Amino acid sequence: MSALAVQFLNGLASASALFLVACGLSIIFGVSRIVNFAHGSFYMLGAYLAWTFTRGLGWVGYGPLGFWGGILAAALIVGLIGVLIELVLLRRIYQAPELFQLLATFGVVLVVQDVTMAIWGAQDLLGPRAPGLRGAIDVMGQRFPQYDALLILIGPVVLGLLWLLFNRTRWGTLVRAATADREMVAALGVDQRKLFTSVFFLGTFLAALGGGLQLPREPVQLHMDMAIIADAFVVVVVGGMGSVGGAYLAALLIAQLQAFMLLVPDFEIAGLTISIAKMTLIPSFLVMAVVLIARPYGLLGKAPSHARTQASVEPVVRVTPPLLAKFGFATVAALILLPLIADEYGLMVATEILIFVLMAASLHFMMGPGGMASFGHAAYFGLGAYGAALAAKHFDAPMEAGLVAGPVLATLGGILFGWFCVRLSGVYLAMLTLAFAQIVWSIAFQWVAVTGGDNGVLGVWPSIGKTGFFYLSLALAVVGVLLLRRAIYSPFGYALRGARDSALRADAIGIDVKRVQWTAFAIAASFAGLAGALFAYFKGSVFPTYAAIPKSVDALMMVLLGGVQTISGPLVGAAVYMGLHEQLVRATELWRLVLGIAIIALVLAFPQGIAGFAAKRWAKEDGA
Amino acid sequence: MSVLSVRGLHKSFGGVEAVAGVDFDVAAGEMLALIGPNGAGKTTCFNMLMGQLRPDAGTVSLDGADITGLPPRAIWRRGVGRTFQITATFASMTVAENVQTALMSYRGDLGRFFARAATLHADDAVALLDQVGMADQRDRACGVLAYGDLKRVELAVALANAPRLLLMDEPTAGMAPKERVALMELTGRLARARNIAVLFTEHDMDVVFGQADRVIVLNRGKLIAQGTPAEVRAHKAVRDVYLGGGTMSGGH
Ligand SMILES: Nc1ncnc2c1ncn2[C@@H]1O[C@H](COP(=O)(O)OP(=O)(O)OP(=O)(O)O)[C@@H](O)[C@H]1O
Ligand SMILES: [Mg+2]
Repeated sequence: MSALAVQFLNGLASASALFLVACGLSIIFGVSRIVNFAHGSFYMLGAYLAWTFTRGLGWVGYGPLGFWGGILAAALIVGLIGVLIELVLLRRIYQAPELFQLLATFGVVLVVQDVTMAIWGAQDLLGPRAPGLRGAIDVMGQRFPQYDALLILIGPVVLGLLWLLFNRTRWGTLVRAATADREMVAALGVDQRKLFTSVFFLGTFLAALGGGLQLPREPVQLHMDMAIIADAFVVVVVGGMGSVGGAYLAALLIAQLQAFMLLVPDFEIAGLTISIAKMTLIPSFLVMAVVLIARPYGLLGKAPSHARTQASVEPVVRVTPPLLAKFGFATVAALILLPLIADEYGLMVATEILIFVLMAASLHFMMGPGGMASFGHAAYFGLGAYGAALAAKHFDAPMEAGLVAGPVLATLGGILFGWFCVRLSGVYLAMLTLAFAQIVWSIAFQWVAVTGGDNGVLGVWPSIGKTGFFYLSLALAVVGVLLLRRAIYSPFGYALRGARDSALRADAIGIDVKRVQWTAFAIAASFAGLAGALFAYFKGSVFPTYAAIPKSVDALMMVLLGGVQTISGPLVGAAVYMGLHEQLVRATELWRLVLGIAIIALVLAFPQGIAGFAAKRWAKEDGA
Repeated sequence: MSVLSVRGLHKSFGGVEAVAGVDFDVAAGEMLALIGPNGAGKTTCFNMLMGQLRPDAGTVSLDGADITGLPPRAIWRRGVGRTFQITATFASMTVAENVQTALMSYRGDLGRFFARAATLHADDAVALLDQVGMADQRDRACGVLAYGDLKRVELAVALANAPRLLLMDEPTAGMAPKERVALMELTGRLARARNIAVLFTEHDMDVVFGQADRVIVLNRGKLIAQGTPAEVRAHKAVRDVYLGGGTMSGGH
């Protein structure tokens, strides 16, 4: 009984921390419609800076003023950094498609990661305990940390303050009005720029405050950003995007479930030990699944008033221009001859690019014709890789079988997750795909008995040599791309594009929109799974990072860089991006920094993607 | 027997009763005009007839079978075609492809992954487009068409499943007055030749009184009059609503 009480309190304390981060994300999204990937970075920066102020500098000592003042000062400084980023970056891209905004904020994530590493180093930092709150209180005979008891209070207090801010000030009224209807507020002549900047400050400040307050509870480390952002996304989706109250409810629900999961004992199924207690993301999944079936826009969210996502009219898909087709043939021919001239390294790079061409094509299939942007395509890549690797490890499957097992597992994942995702659309759908990808990642990471956890699955070697494997990858990539392309030009592809262009019309001519999208989702997953399985044999090993956020972003980058409107674009994008990535990692330790800056610069320069840009130029020359 | 019959249809948004108990029938081959001032509840009615909205109360039957609450795609399968007040077409497709997609759906092709859709049913699509005078624009993208032309494309799309019932929500908005009459004359000919029941809304009274076989008048969610065009034109309540509301002709 007392154990339950303590877990309940633990849940409340975690909910407060989660709430602080998630509500900032939600407020920013509500007003600016920007899905701010860098939110987790601000959380991390808040923690690192607070560490410096309360312990790192050494001169503040451990007094209450130093401790609380340090956390607050850190949060304020990070808030100002947020303002700076809003002013120099986001302000320029409010009109860009939301995926480009997302990419830009991911560029910020990369930059912050390397800057943080350069300033604070790679080792974990232990924060100070809160002065005056080092003891524990007695809860039914069990000890419960005083600091955590304080955290329990902070959540509702911040919720109350935000409520006052939003309901009792003019600024708050404007924010609520902008969340409900942005165009209306603009039409009323409110200075949107100031509003956006101040909202960004508040959101960033809250994230950093959340980070600083974690100091006494857990060490400060470099993976905090990605770890918290996934949780925060889930909370925001479950609570309803833009809803602060919803964020608190969702944080409470998820944190409580996570806390109580810890009490579930391990059990065995078919000889496999299953440890629910270690799979901390499972409860998020359960909550999300149940909530989204009942309320697709979250507990307190409202359906978006106008579907902003497809405001731009997609261009007509025409037959491939003869020149482009010739170029395609020439490329494949050149690749067939490549082993004659390339050295082993060149062949490896080419193989990797081919695998990612397949991955990019699969993502493009659901994003372009399907109109479903995925922030979590790595889930299916990862499932494909693990499908192959686990078949090899646990069942001694030969490579041929592994290359089937991978896509099969990925397809099953796509069928399961896709069923939920197609109930939403636009950025809501994208957030959900990301959450599902984190679940796959966490299972790979946490189910150590089966997946080996962080150590991965090793020794997944192909049964053919490097040249043979190159040809295998070439064959599968070409066949895969051609099949996907064929599907886009098929009646199914028309139904899919119809569902994207106008769900209303599609439904009125007998198209089952959700079913068509679900099918496309599963198809995209299966081809991503094939790419993942190939990648497993290419690397000889599989790690949880294959399903992690950066992999998803890689895939997104390839598609968006190439241009989502054209079919050949993602192929070009994959080649360019992988080439760039490869060169960078070889050239510099600070490749994240450089890549991040490159991403930001590309977004600012080519909001249409490279191929989209080229197609436009092409059309212009034709017209002249 | 009437093709469409509607009984006691109700729909509220929040506290507002947009449709407050509506009954009517449409017979095969009949052109029935549903008129009423802006906000009368016409579009809301249409949305309940084809399943875009679920009625709060009331029944909709098609050829005697209850179709209330079915999704649009199921109602379409039973032979209902519709055009929208704010046109809904596939902007990334050409005019012909829009009609082809409807034909592919009607003929059960949409589950095919390997066929080339571009040439599938192309001739039939052009034949349908020819009827509405859009054949010469078949290769233009729907995204760049003039509004009146989009309405024509919608009509061709709505005819693709050889419907028993056509629902047309302001089919002539955005057209020149002459074109309006011509399009509705064409619709009337099709209706009589193929025995299609047509329900349409229209703000242009020349079109309504010239083309409709019968007219029903909706105001604030309730039917206030029905009869032949001549009867409705002479109806006291209708004159009050329109002369008071000031939207007797012109439309948008
Ligand atoms: N989705 C909705 N939510 C809330 N109110 C709605 C909704 N749809 C319609 N209404 C309201 O219901 C009433 C009827 O609207 P409806 O669109 O059916 O009128 P209408 O007769 O088609 O008008 P118009 O001639 O302008 O097209 C209006 O008061 C409208 O504001
Ligand atoms: Mg209307």
